[in-house]
Amino acid sequence: MLLEPVMMRIEEVIQESSLVRSFIFKKSLEYQPGQFIMLWIPRLDEKPFSISYHGKDFFGVTVALKGRFTQGLHEMKVGEWVGIRGPFGRAFNLEAGRACPEPIRFRACVVGGGVGMASLAVLIERLEDSVVVQGARTAAELLYRNRFKDMLLCTEDGSAGTKGVPTDLLEDLYRHYRFDAIYTCGPEAMMVKVLEFAREHNIYMQASLERYIKCAVGVCGQCCCNGLRLCVEGPVLDGGTLEKLEDFGRYARLGNGRRVPIGTYLGKKT
Amino acid sequence: MAAVDLSTELCGVRLQNPTVLASGILGTSKGLLKSVARAGAGAVTIKSLSLEPLPGHNNPIVVGFEAGMLNAVGYANPGIKEGAKEFSNLKEVGVPVIASIIGRGVGDFMKVLEGLWGLDFAAVEVSLSCPHTPGYGMMAGQNTPEATKEIVSAVRKGTELPLLVKLSPNIPEIGRVARAAEEAGADGITAVNTLGPGMLINIEARQPILDFKVGGVSGPALRPIALRCVYDIYKTVKIPILGVGGISAGRHAVEMLMAGASAVGIGTAVYSQGIEVFGKVCQEMGEWMEANGCRSVKELIGAAHAP
Repeated sequence: MLLEPVMMRIEEVIQESSLVRSFIFKKSLEYQPGQFIMLWIPRLDEKPFSISYHGKDFFGVTVALKGRFTQGLHEMKVGEWVGIRGPFGRAFNLEAGRACPEPIRFRACVVGGGVGMASLAVLIERLEDSVVVQGARTAAELLYRNRFKDMLLCTEDGSAGTKGVPTDLLEDLYRHYRFDAIYTCGPEAMMVKVLEFAREHNIYMQASLERYIKCAVGVCGQCCCNGLRLCVEGPVLDGGTLEKLEDFGRYARLGNGRRVPIGTYLGKKT
Repeated sequence: MAAVDLSTELCGVRLQNPTVLASGILGTSKGLLKSVARAGAGAVTIKSLSLEPLPGHNNPIVVGFEAGMLNAVGYANPGIKEGAKEFSNLKEVGVPVIASIIGRGVGDFMKVLEGLWGLDFAAVEVSLSCPHTPGYGMMAGQNTPEATKEIVSAVRKGTELPLLVKLSPNIPEIGRVARAAEEAGADGITAVNTLGPGMLINIEARQPILDFKVGGVSGPALRPIALRCVYDIYKTVKIPILGVGGISAGRHAVEMLMAGASAVGIGTAVYSQGIEVFGKVCQEMGEWMEANGCRSVKELIGAAHAP
């Protein structure tokens, strides 16, 4: 783990959709799916991102254009340098929830919404047997369509895949695939529904949450959800923890620490 | 846990053990205070509240180095009005909770104090010593004996709670500032805040790492300085001391008590060892005390001053 930012050269920029780009670094980084790094642009700011590409000698992040910082990053080109520290936080538990003993294959369902897909991408590559559903507002915003060719798609406007949201499909998928676990990342309202579904069917689930992260090392308290530090005890939390977490789907904290409804947080953050 | 009595008293507040969560670390929510109490802290301090909300500095706000940590959080806090909502029903925390307050001047402090009325805080800590927030603490000249006297005299009239004053280690004659606080009516001294400010530079980026460029130094680098400060203050004033700076082990806590502290603050060790450090320090203290025939914390306070 890198405790101080280490400057790394952007080796490749991938246009994933109209507003989403990935930035690839040719460096090896010990990492488990679900963890995040802090990306520093000197004299601008430093923000947390999930690792969305990972191999022996490379890794990358996928970034949606949202505010001042992501604008600054999107303007950067191959050959420019940014600082990276991490990875931090708890990863997805790849075999938890296994319903049948080996040699029966562990099967997972992965539910991604919007740029939440970035947190799930490497996990999907590591899972031997999974069914993946991605939801987006419209076809142009879908990510990684060439990377995960048998992924199921939903769009709110019906421009690709099924019209609707990924959680609409869960019932049918479960009947077909009888998966052992569900992993999800996306809008919190969607993840709340995934949690409800998992509880009703008694399926192990984990979700990756997003909050304003500052120190990333568990001291500043900025990213707390009730009594948890999302940068240390999260960002991946399991269903049992989420059930008891009052803030899940409801509250988040602004940069000054004020706890506000999550809609207000999403509106003000940029 | 060893069969020794770890309880202590700080300004009339009874603590089950001498470890206290230092202000600025993790004190942003009641939930986190509960987590720290469960991890074994004898008391907890909230993250400092100001009159108006403060956004804090841009990231990076924290960076570790080989001898501790450098931070420029910049007092990010939602202001006293929101803070009062966050810290209602503090009895739920299970251990005494200390309110840390900051202000640009006497007027601010008085209004923040008003906002604390009716909440279940066990004591108030007035911080006059942050090295990295414009308008507050050192950057507003609050760390001189004169300013300390002015602010503490006023704040004293605004609260009946035990009043601690948090000092900077940057002053060579820290005893003078402590005496000014005592004469102005403080019930205790918290010593010390972070040292500095200091700076770390990323040489590839050719830039200071902290966005604010400078920040307070804490952790192991601060420990010998904090000990000397507490030792000097103990010689100068009669009021009890909450000793803070670089404590991450039972031996460090014993050492701080021997310098003259009645209780010990822990902050940066949460970064190096996790939230479990409170229980660990207590366990190690208990073991040391048992092995050395020491039955109570009281026997240790100021022990290094014996002729």
